[in-house]
Amino acid sequence: MGRKLLLEKAHVEGIRGYEVYRREGGYRSVEKALKSMTPDQVTDEVKKSGLRGRGGAGFPTGMKWSFIAKPEGVPRHLVCNADESEPGTFKDRYLMEFIPHLLIEGLIVSSFALGSNVTYIYIRGEYAWITDILEQAIAEAKQNGWLGKNILGTGFDLEIYVHRGAGAYICGEETALLESLEGKRGNPRIKPPFPAVKGVWDRPTVVNNVETLAAVVPIINFGSEEYAKIGVGKSTGTKLISACGNINKPGVYEIDMTISVEEFIYSDEYCGGIPNGKKLKACIPGGSSVPILPANLLLKTAKGDTRIMNYESLADGGFPKGSMMGSGGFIVFDEDQCVVRHTLTLARFYRHESCGQCSPCREGTGWMEKILKNIECGKGKISDIDLLWDIQRKIEGNTICPLGDAAAWPVAAAIRHFRDEFEWHVTHAEEAQKRNYGLAHYADPLVVA
Amino acid sequence: MIKFSDDRLAKVQELVSHYPEGKQKSALLPVLHIAQEQFGGWLSTETMDYVASLLHIEPIEVYEVATFYSMYNLKPVGKYMFEVCQTGPCMLNGSDQIIDYIKQTLGIGVGETTPDGMFSLKTVECLGACGYAPMMQLGKTFRENLTKEKVDAIIEECRRTAATNN
Ligand SMILES: Cc1cc2nc3c(=O)[nH]c(=O)nc-3n(C[C@H](O)[C@H](O)[C@H](O)COP(=O)(O)O)c2cc1C
Ligand code: SF4
Ligand code: FES
Repeated sequence: MGRKLLLEKAHVEGIRGYEVYRREGGYRSVEKALKSMTPDQVTDEVKKSGLRGRGGAGFPTGMKWSFIAKPEGVPRHLVCNADESEPGTFKDRYLMEFIPHLLIEGLIVSSFALGSNVTYIYIRGEYAWITDILEQAIAEAKQNGWLGKNILGTGFDLEIYVHRGAGAYICGEETALLESLEGKRGNPRIKPPFPAVKGVWDRPTVVNNVETLAAVVPIINFGSEEYAKIGVGKSTGTKLISACGNINKPGVYEIDMTISVEEFIYSDEYCGGIPNGKKLKACIPGGSSVPILPANLLLKTAKGDTRIMNYESLADGGFPKGSMMGSGGFIVFDEDQCVVRHTLTLARFYRHESCGQCSPCREGTGWMEKILKNIECGKGKISDIDLLWDIQRKIEGNTICPLGDAAAWPVAAAIRHFRDEFEWHVTHAEEAQKRNYGLAHYADPLVVA
Repeated sequence: MIKFSDDRLAKVQELVSHYPEGKQKSALLPVLHIAQEQFGGWLSTETMDYVASLLHIEPIEVYEVATFYSMYNLKPVGKYMFEVCQTGPCMLNGSDQIIDYIKQTLGIGVGETTPDGMFSLKTVECLGACGYAPMMQLGKTFRENLTKEKVDAIIEECRRTAATNN
């Protein structure tokens, strides 16, 4: 069994409350950092730990922190990204719901490192009850002297506020998030300038994911060296994986990044295999934006090695034969699932979530959705498959923010690996219309363009 | 003229204090949530204009935001809104059948409200509950691992709550 750093205590009775959390060793990292380290030493520890952002892109956290501009007299801000809206991803919610003080603790240490005296948690609006849990935890931390003025007599001041979004996937993108924090539509900004220079209210800002900031706690407690010993290569520490789809035990698992994908899916410690003795068909290992992989490429890399649940191994083979760790949203498909139909739901998702600023994304996502709807309903042509391929290629790389790529990749990968299934929908139109999980059977009357 | 209750006005003041001087517009999203809650579950033009005046911003700045985010309703909705997730991971676990069942049981389509004003049905995109699929959001709560029986029980629960509150 792998070592747990974040969720080890998540199920201790009463851990959501301050007393138990503190009794179990909580807030030690704040004492250590504020009393015995300088902000730069904290940043250095995070750098040495090898921690990579857990929000999806995997960017080294310590390096990101060291980029923050420090102009004289201008306040800086840390913003915690709790927007969590990537289909398949529900790990941040779990952490915040069960062990909220861990995030608050991580935020205090990280704010100290960055010199942020006012830190925000941007949480997706639908997580309404988690907002209450976080506000409660913040109030408790404040009552006990971990927040407010002159924390632990060190002269460091900090307030943490929760800012509730209102339903928009795009607000997970860091510049859209900052716009939203300013009370505007979530339209991503053109970079540069980067948030580290000009972020919220034009002040230097660092945006990090919930899990990233929580991981700062064990890094400070155990030291970067200990932390970096867990895992392999550039995948250090532990990673939260939210597993869903057709598995016996969906849920959130903390893994060290040395276990194989096969073990993760089939062992009883994790997903517990596929229900009803069905076979594994495919998997999207890192949230809806990353490429889907058919079973054979999922369990073994292109070279024939066992595929491991870490950044490098999941990406091995590039897009033609690999995928990505992404946000850790692990979606499993059994043999009965229809890849075309699933891809259609994702295309609809991205069309719905596009902010509309760039035409390739705004028009392309809607176009892909319409074509996929036609194919799924047995109203498509073989040439539609090539058209889809062409559209996704023209979106990728031609937009302001990576949502365009995120919309293109799932379509590309589905066609790449399951072209036969797309063709089947065209050549077996009547069957495609009749299948009991087919769209034609369940959804609203079709408006086919 | 509409007006927030005193405790809500105090809450708005507190929210504004979370942001720097002169950046009170930042409180817009949270304040719109409060407004929607107090004024019947949706944002009328009157409500949005009121929020604009409270935050000292132009009404257009409020309309821009209210039309962008999916949680703000721009027309009246039922007392209980079933927001059922229909994205991929929920689809793999039968969200289509659940949506279908709700339609049949309530006799309404997606985007519609029952004639008695009790229930509305809305389909939404991934709500971060993919491991507990199929699911829906009902007010501030998530209802997860839905089955037809659970849907029946939820409808029953709403009717009972409505009856005791009247
Ligand atoms: C369309 C889009 C949606 C995103 N959604 C999220 C999200 O919900 N949560 C998150 O932490 N990062 C999300 N990201 C990544 C953020 O832009 C940013 O890279 C991340 O919050 C940085 O934190 P990290 O370095 O700790 O991973 C998203 C990016 C894009 C392009
Ligand atoms: S890529 Fe899409 S979501 Fe991103 S800025 Fe352009 S239109 Fe908006
Ligand atoms: S797909 Fe339905 S909650 Fe994520």
